[in-house]
Amino acid sequence: METRDLRLDGNAIGGLLLEVFGVDMTAAPSVCASCGSREAVARLDVYVNAPGVVVRCCHCEAVMIRIVQGGGRTWLDLSGTGCLELG
Amino acid sequence: MQETPRVRTLTLDVPGWPGHRAGQHLDVRLTAEDGYTAQRSYSIASAPEDGVELTVERLDDGEVSPYLVDEAREGDRIEVRGPIGRYFVWEASDLTPLLLVAGGSGVVPLMSMVRHRASAGGTASAKLVYSSRTLEDVIYRSELDELAARGDGLEVVHTLTREQPEGWTGYARRIDPELLREVAWPASARPRVYVCGSTRFVDAAADGLLALGYEPQSIRTERFGATGT
Repeated sequence: METRDLRLDGNAIGGLLLEVFGVDMTAAPSVCASCGSREAVARLDVYVNAPGVVVRCCHCEAVMIRIVQGGGRTWLDLSGTGCLELG
Repeated sequence: MQETPRVRTLTLDVPGWPGHRAGQHLDVRLTAEDGYTAQRSYSIASAPEDGVELTVERLDDGEVSPYLVDEAREGDRIEVRGPIGRYFVWEASDLTPLLLVAGGSGVVPLMSMVRHRASAGGTASAKLVYSSRTLEDVIYRSELDELAARGDGLEVVHTLTREQPEGWTGYARRIDPELLREVAWPASARPRVYVCGSTRFVDAAADGLLALGYEPQSIRTERFGATGT
């Protein structure tokens, strides 16, 4: 298996995002802080085999979101996301 | 119900179930006696009109699917979260031509759409292009034959990539741009597209459709892998 075969999409973390944000985020528009692309979260590249979850822009591959859970806590890094629309 | 040697459909009775939309999935969490938990996502196979059914393929090194396919018995209790997904969903009231492209068990959420279309009397023209390894691996084969035979605008195109039975007249190769050009609507029909399968399958199908001139935003994809979150 190659790295590219491990690339999923935002659908795969729909349940996790529901837990973190309290709403279903798969159709939520997101803006990449690096290239400015606007895409539904479901279209973003997702890697779940890292320690935690890494979400990358599907255009420029910059890291947009990182989520790590452990010991009953959740760490959410949104520094690569320009905007996330909750609705 | 055993669909194929590796694939089984389970019917769930979920207290307080809010209803689902065609294409959504559920997270299933199993907890061992020592507290170890494993969680995976499974697409809902049933139409929104028909309760909750999951169709699960056994992955031999999986932590959840071997239990669901081989061991789960009627009356067993499992923990679920969902329904999940507001992007990879389709409504039968949508009249836009519908193109569904499935690789292996990626057919499951698309089957929910096909069943929803039939149950709700949807009139959108629909095509399901379904790639399986062998005829034995085709999930829902007889039901798909029946639905396509109704003549109400659903067409099912199979391709068998690894082995074909004698006298097979369908496609016998992986989905590629040429195959898609032969079976899919022209881009000018502006169909709504859902593609589900492994990452490689989805990328190949989406690239093929883009090469035909399909708009990127008209193609909704869902990739599945063996790991959960």
